[in-house]
Amino acid sequence: METIFDVENFNLWYGDNHALHNINMKIEKNAITALIGPSGCGKSTFIKTLNRMNDLIPSVKLSGSIRYRGQEIVNSDINVYNLRKEVGMVFQKPNPFPMSVYDNIAYGPRTHGIKNKSQLNDIVEKSLRDAAIFDELKDRLKDSALGLSGGQQQRLCIARALAVKPDVLLMDEPTSALDPISTSKIEELVLDLKKEYSIVIVTHNMQQAVRISDYTAFFLLGDLVEFDKTDKIFSKPSDKRTEDYITGRFG
Amino acid sequence: MNLSDKSNKDSVETIASTIFLILGVINIGFVLLICVYLIIAGLPAIVKIGPIDFLFGTKWASTAADPKFGILPFILTSIYGTAGAIIIGLPLGFFSAVYLAKIASKKVRYVVEPLIDLLAGIPSVVYGFIGMLVLVPSIRTLFGLPDGASLFAAIIVLAVMILPSIIKVSITALEAVPQEYELGSLALGANEIETYYRVIVPAAKSGIAAAVVLGVGRAIGEAMAVMMVAGNAANMPSLFESVRFLTTAVASEMSYSSGLQREALFSIALVLFVFIMMINATLNVLLKRGGVKRK
Repeated sequence: METIFDVENFNLWYGDNHALHNINMKIEKNAITALIGPSGCGKSTFIKTLNRMNDLIPSVKLSGSIRYRGQEIVNSDINVYNLRKEVGMVFQKPNPFPMSVYDNIAYGPRTHGIKNKSQLNDIVEKSLRDAAIFDELKDRLKDSALGLSGGQQQRLCIARALAVKPDVLLMDEPTSALDPISTSKIEELVLDLKKEYSIVIVTHNMQQAVRISDYTAFFLLGDLVEFDKTDKIFSKPSDKRTEDYITGRFG
Repeated sequence: MNLSDKSNKDSVETIASTIFLILGVINIGFVLLICVYLIIAGLPAIVKIGPIDFLFGTKWASTAADPKFGILPFILTSIYGTAGAIIIGLPLGFFSAVYLAKIASKKVRYVVEPLIDLLAGIPSVVYGFIGMLVLVPSIRTLFGLPDGASLFAAIIVLAVMILPSIIKVSITALEAVPQEYELGSLALGANEIETYYRVIVPAAKSGIAAAVVLGVGRAIGEAMAVMMVAGNAANMPSLFESVRFLTTAVASEMSYSSGLQREALFSIALVLFVFIMMINATLNVLLKRGGVKRK
């Protein structure tokens, strides 16, 4: 099994607040890794460090190591724009740009220098197909993306992330703002995407983690309590706190 | 407690709402009064001179033996002057706004923003004074003109005067753009500058359009500063010639005018008033459209 992110003794502070303590985990390639835990446990904070979106928060300090395909991304002088191109992100609230469906998808490729019209057309179509939304939107490519339903917007955002051909997709509670039907469509999509992408998904919903993930990491108050195969975590957790959380005793 | 007894509530509310109503009516009253008065005072001269001769006549000679009352030079000067001020002031103000809203550190903003407010608070006579003492002589030397007081000088002064409103309104528009757009763009590997110009600015465009219209409104209504630097001769507009704006046409002759000349000055004020009303209407449409989009 190949490792895509190798996290060693990773710590994060917001100012004086020590938000993540000594995290160690190996995230596997072409697998779905779910991050679960109660609100404020640090799981969203952690996922943002994987594509350095935490750079946008000025008071953050980091220590330890996270290697993406062997390259150090913590406190290192890498090209974050290239990192983010390879490690895409889908947010909790669908955030399509206020432009047409087509322009939303073409935004990333255009940013990375693709100007050829037919090439862009191909990318837009392929990305929408990969996000399983092409048939719904093929006649609405010129319409504003803001007119789509919440579920469609979120799949559009996934298509937009796929359009820059990433290796990894980070998903920060991608279904928490959606209805059950849209949620199950996104879950099917994520399972399908696993073949080509490595996926890290933060979720509040433990059933969701069971349904789609191969590995589950349980965070609590900034500690990584347990990280193992999803089956193992939800059937025979080795830590008492994990058991209490998944059986609904707190959280 | 008797729930149907509303006497205590009634008296306070009635008094309060009456006071607010009166204050509101006084405000609207002023607007209506000005509006009605301008129409009554301004229309007769237009009728006497003839609307075509008045609006499209190229010669203004109000005190000649055979007086001419064509205000096309003033209308065009006002339009050119305002357009020129926008052409210079908009890029300057807009880029300053992007810098202050997105790029500048908190410290820089903390120092610069009050300075911009100060710029807005400087009386227009001071702008005119500086323009007269510094700008006009420089233009004369720089371009080798007999006199530097010109449309060009007025444009520069107006451009500086509209900067604060353009910067302020653009900053507000840029900051109203949801942060999710910015995050979405950065997460695709776009850099900050690309993000500002390809996502945030397009999303703020109705607000920025409002900033332009506000600037137009300020520039077209400005009289004092313009009078001091534009030379004030009733020529058809030309960049380096002495020119007269709609505002300065009224202001410069009002004190000694009489008869038809005086009436014609009111008509000029009416024309200016119509311009301002159109600008305000455009502004309202733009602001409303911006509001709907962000729903």
